[in-house]
Amino acid sequence: MRYSALKVFTQGLTGNKGWKPVWREPDPKPQYNVIIIGGGGHGLATAYYLAKEFGIQSIAVLEKGWIGSGNIGRNTTIVRSNYLLPGNQPFYEMSMKLWENLEQDFNYNAMVSQRSILNLFHSDSQRDAFVRRANAMMLSGADAELASAEDLRRELPFLDFDNARFPIKGGLFQRRGGTVRHDAVAWGYARGADLRGVDIIQNCEVTGFDIKDGVCTGVQTTKGAIKAGKVAVCVAGSSSRVMAKAGIRLPIESHVLQAFVTEGLKPVLPGVITFGVGHFYVSQSDKGGLVFGGNIDGYNTYAQRGNLPVVEDVAEGGMAIMPMIGRARLLRSWGGLMDMSMDGSPFIDKTHISGLYFNGGWCYGGFKATPASGMCYAHLLARDVPHPHATAFRLDRFKRGYLIDEKGQGAQPNLH
Amino acid sequence: MIIDHPLLGPRDAAEFTYLGDATLINRPDPAAPDAADGFYEYLYLRDNPAGEHNELWYHEQGDRAWLVVSRNTLTHEITKVELARDVALRLGRDR
Ligand SMILES: Cc1cc2nc3c(=O)[nH]c(=O)nc-3n(C[C@H](O)[C@H](O)[C@H](O)COP(=O)(O)OP(=O)(O)OC[C@H]3O[C@@H](n4cnc5c(N)ncnc54)[C@H](O)[C@@H]3O)c2cc1C
Repeated sequence: MRYSALKVFTQGLTGNKGWKPVWREPDPKPQYNVIIIGGGGHGLATAYYLAKEFGIQSIAVLEKGWIGSGNIGRNTTIVRSNYLLPGNQPFYEMSMKLWENLEQDFNYNAMVSQRSILNLFHSDSQRDAFVRRANAMMLSGADAELASAEDLRRELPFLDFDNARFPIKGGLFQRRGGTVRHDAVAWGYARGADLRGVDIIQNCEVTGFDIKDGVCTGVQTTKGAIKAGKVAVCVAGSSSRVMAKAGIRLPIESHVLQAFVTEGLKPVLPGVITFGVGHFYVSQSDKGGLVFGGNIDGYNTYAQRGNLPVVEDVAEGGMAIMPMIGRARLLRSWGGLMDMSMDGSPFIDKTHISGLYFNGGWCYGGFKATPASGMCYAHLLARDVPHPHATAFRLDRFKRGYLIDEKGQGAQPNLH
Repeated sequence: MIIDHPLLGPRDAAEFTYLGDATLINRPDPAAPDAADGFYEYLYLRDNPAGEHNELWYHEQGDRAWLVVSRNTLTHEITKVELARDVALRLGRDR
């Protein structure tokens, strides 16, 4: 069924009785050309583009829980392409362009809202660094705009410009950045993939790989063995656990990132705002809640819940730039598993096992990457060569010395 | 989380900074013929288990001791805390 304004109108007149489930719930077949492990945003996008752009048939997505139960349904929904390094920025700008056309492409309302993102700076040296970043962004075809403190006072009068410790000196705008309704992204890709024949199999955990003489020929699951021409792992925070079943150790640690939502308020925040000293980012959802977050907790964990010191740290960050946030009451908080890599950048690559592919290491920034990650992973799976915008995301880059370390922190995942 | 420091007793984990997997104590021999591979694995690859994990915590806001904490990454339960020095000596290091 194609969605349109006319459809909404006619369904409204007939009691909304004609809507159907948007994907099937098939049993697994004994064999597929491509099996994608993980029904998060990246896995579903990969299946969608494999079927739509590369014409691959016989694809299954195997998801241990239900689709949307992982990070795709837990993130703070910020999309942007304001990276610095050559290995990253063209990839994220490609993702931005895919976001801009996504709803038309998959015929689903994902509430893509280019309401802008603003990175505040608080010192002269930080402004210089942001000018450099803005230039890198523009070189990749993205938009960037430097705002002075006076500009910001007009646009965002509630910010604490004269904070004694961290006065606001200006900011870097990306007007095309913004937010997207995260779970609608999972549902839109799932529906689009299902319409093209992809089997989305939920409650199907992969428990092992069938590997013989260096070739992967299928997987073991809680719903039995399934054979496959190619097996594509795409499990975000569970990357190390799943790849360990194939005997592969990864340059990844799993950490928890928390997020917070306040009670619904009248519109106060026009776009996304980030603090330049501590880690704090905030936007306002269409329901009115302030959605915000900060740093990861900083220790290895698979618990999907965090601890109080980070809650305090995030609240302090919020108070430092917009003291009015202190009046809002917190409604909910939750955590999700981060696949933190050793340089803060992701992987889309083959492994040394033939037929086994890996996508992961997205750290806390993989939501914005969802469309490009799906497109580039599909490209790799269909053609066995990396997409031109994903050539740097190799698993062996640490061994070769080609790190993509945006922050220059070194092999310390909790600092990226 | 509360870390039961062997010298100071129970301390809030917020007083500590976290380094990572305690295998970082076992620095490879730089003179070995396969030292490059050894250091690549040492620096970049991790087991990252779900369950029991031995890890290095530094008491930055306290006595500046390095500890090896055994903690369950699924429940955050801490089962054992030792001075990293004691662990290193047991592994045959001279300090
Ligand atoms: C609190 C929070 C805030 C965030 N904020 C942002 C943000 O503002 N902007 C941004 O760009 N990014 C953000 N992120 C990061 C982003 O959400 C993730 O990087 C991204 O969603 C990861 O890719 P995914 O959607 O495919 O992951 P997931 O949705 O986690 O998908 C992985 C799936 O694999 C499944 N799986 C695991 N093991 C198995 C198995 N053995 N068999 C079968 N299936 C398995 C899991 O159940 C899961 O559904 C945030 C993350 C969190 C937690």
